[in-house]
Amino acid sequence: MSDKFTKAMARNIFYGGSLFFILLFIGLTVDTSSALPKRDHRENITPQVAMGKDVWEKNDCIGCHTLLGEGAYYAPELGNVYQRRGGDQGGGAFIKAWIKAQPSKAPGRRQMPQFNLTEEELEALVAFLKWTSEINTADWPPNIEG
Amino acid sequence: MQYSSQAVAKPYFIVAIALFVGQILFGLIIGMQYVIGDFLFPAIPFNVARMVHTNLLIVWLLFGFMGASYYLVPEEAETELHSPKLAWILCIIFTVVGGVTILGYLLVPYATLAEITGNHFLPTMGREFLEQPTMTKIGIVIVALGFLYNIGMTILKGRKTVVNMVLLMGLVGLAVMFLFSFYNPSNLVLDKYYWWWVVHLWVEGVWELILGAILAFILIKVTGVDREIIEKWLYIIIAMTLITGVIGTGHHYYWIGAPEYWQIWGSVFSALEPIPFFMMTVYAFNMVNQRRREHPNKPAVLWALGTAVMAFLGAGVWGFLHTLAPVNYYTHGTQITAAHGHMAFYGAYVMIVLAIISYAMPLLRGRAAANSEKAQVWEMWSFWLMTISIIFITLFLTAAGILQVWLQRVSDTPMSFMQTQDQVMIFYWLRELAGGVFFIGLIVYLISFFIESGDSSATTATVDVK
Ligand code: HEC
Ligand code: HEM
Ligand code: HEM
Ligand SMILES: [Fe+2]
Repeated sequence: MSDKFTKAMARNIFYGGSLFFILLFIGLTVDTSSALPKRDHRENITPQVAMGKDVWEKNDCIGCHTLLGEGAYYAPELGNVYQRRGGDQGGGAFIKAWIKAQPSKAPGRRQMPQFNLTEEELEALVAFLKWTSEINTADWPPNIEG
Repeated sequence: MQYSSQAVAKPYFIVAIALFVGQILFGLIIGMQYVIGDFLFPAIPFNVARMVHTNLLIVWLLFGFMGASYYLVPEEAETELHSPKLAWILCIIFTVVGGVTILGYLLVPYATLAEITGNHFLPTMGREFLEQPTMTKIGIVIVALGFLYNIGMTILKGRKTVVNMVLLMGLVGLAVMFLFSFYNPSNLVLDKYYWWWVVHLWVEGVWELILGAILAFILIKVTGVDREIIEKWLYIIIAMTLITGVIGTGHHYYWIGAPEYWQIWGSVFSALEPIPFFMMTVYAFNMVNQRRREHPNKPAVLWALGTAVMAFLGAGVWGFLHTLAPVNYYTHGTQITAAHGHMAFYGAYVMIVLAIISYAMPLLRGRAAANSEKAQVWEMWSFWLMTISIIFITLFLTAAGILQVWLQRVSDTPMSFMQTQDQVMIFYWLRELAGGVFFIGLIVYLISFFIESGDSSATTATVDVK
């Protein structure tokens, strides 16, 4: 690097540049916070939906599945599974029946454990997955298969 | 080794390597579960083995960063460590906390672990990479505070070099960003938004400061190039890191419910994120070419150069590959992501920790500047075996990912997830094979530590060339 470009200049770029972009990021975060309620429909986060998220976390579903594209890549995307499996016409019933029927025990096939969830927990999970499927995700995933 | 208190780095490095072995064993288990779906089921379900694999990775890298700090901070500050005793106590606490947590994952169902560790008081579990019980997270914070106090006091009483200051900023940033792991709202969108403040702002933010500082320290030591030049590069690299990487967080906000303007902010700034990695490569090779001494520890130089190249490939090139919003729309959450994750983590963070271990261990073991010729040859073999394996793992996962995108996302008649997985099975077999070679490389690495130090004088003296 050229001698005219001194260490002090490099240091100032570091402190000045970082500070500027950190502040800009915080500004964008504030703006995002005010835009989110229209996109995440938080008015629909009932205690049941909140409980569903809790069941989701306590059983580490994210360790095999993606949810809105984040998580593990071993098992199907679940952000839109409620819609994929029938939406209001049977999506919930499918999810409950599916979870109760695991593991499939099909030889050599990837297995999902039996979590022994109560009826209340199953209903909560369905409510959570339904709410998740209604988040405005800018049209992602590209198709219903996730 | 110039200060006796630097010796506490050694137990940290030993624990780091032990956990590294565990990480790879569990990597092989989940790799096998990709192809033989019911392998070890129900004893070890995939999600459990995966969290052991990823959490061991993070924890051993943290051990590596701490060991690196205990080694280089006193030498840079030209003073003894504030409290070697505290460093020892924290090493033991962290090992026990980590060990008990891993046993908890393996011995009881995850939901039971959440129950007995009181997750309902402050629910933080069940999110990717942050699976640790809340109690473990609190333990990590306590260890981090004690560590920062120890390192901070040492820097305060000694010489304040740029390397030390950048390292300290990185370490403080690491601890501060981790605090966001305690924020877990019921609103999934908010949860995800701030989850990335831990994950992205770690690996594409503050950890890069730590990487830069350790690399600068090694380059100063092994090349003898004027500190002023290296420090100037260090500043400009980390400047580019934060200038691009902070807003670059937006590349994770495209499809999780955040406003659509993030597609522009995220794409533009994250597309610039490869710049600091590219600069790191240019600078590492420049410094080694301008070296004023022949350091006898050849593997240390190899790891240092390897880090620069592989971090650029894994983070820079493989990151760029899927970071633009129109591309990420198709690749988001596929094997492309896993491909990138492997090469980036290995190239940037695994290799820098192995570089400082390689540089420091001979000195910590009283073998003067380097190991015997024979031990060095073994270590360099392990470098090539592990590095080439990770390249192949990355290539196979990329191939699987491209096919997956094509069959499941682009096609007019998309296949289901599970059908698609069947179609790309061959690449998962090949990945597992490459993982096996990686493991052999790791064994070779372990063996290199047990090869007797020869008394060849060439390996003990640093030769100045100019
Ligand atoms: C150990 C890995 C694992 C864990 C943990 C796991 N799953 Fe699964 N899940 C799978 C696999 C594998 C499949 C696909 C199985 C098949 O097709 O035979 C699946 C399929 C599903 C499906 C059907 C998807 C579809 O498109 O039809 C739903 C719904 C589901 N899982 C929900 C959950 C929930 C809710 C949790 C957490 C309580 C969970 N899973 C935890 C592995 C897992
Ligand atoms: C050393 C630095 C880096 C490391 C260790 C790293 C690691 C990772 C990991 C582990 C993930 C997966 C996260 C998850 O599980 O959801 C990820 C995702 C991602 N990374 Fe990086 N990364 C680094 C740098 C970069 C850079 C420089 C770029 C861009 C140029 C980038 C672009 C991305 C993108 C776009 C994703 C999201 C993938 C998706 O949509 O599924 N990364 N990274
Ligand atoms: C030092 C070397 C390694 C590093 C740094 C590493 C790192 C990681 C990371 C960061 C993840 C999370 C991926 C993501 O979310 O994108 C992961 C997952 C995984 N790793 Fe590794 N890993 C290494 C070696 C291996 C090896 C040798 C294997 C086996 C052959 C392996 C198999 C896997 C598998 C199967 C997953 C799960 C991917 C999924 O969620 O579907 N890893 N690893
Ligand atoms: Fe990122």
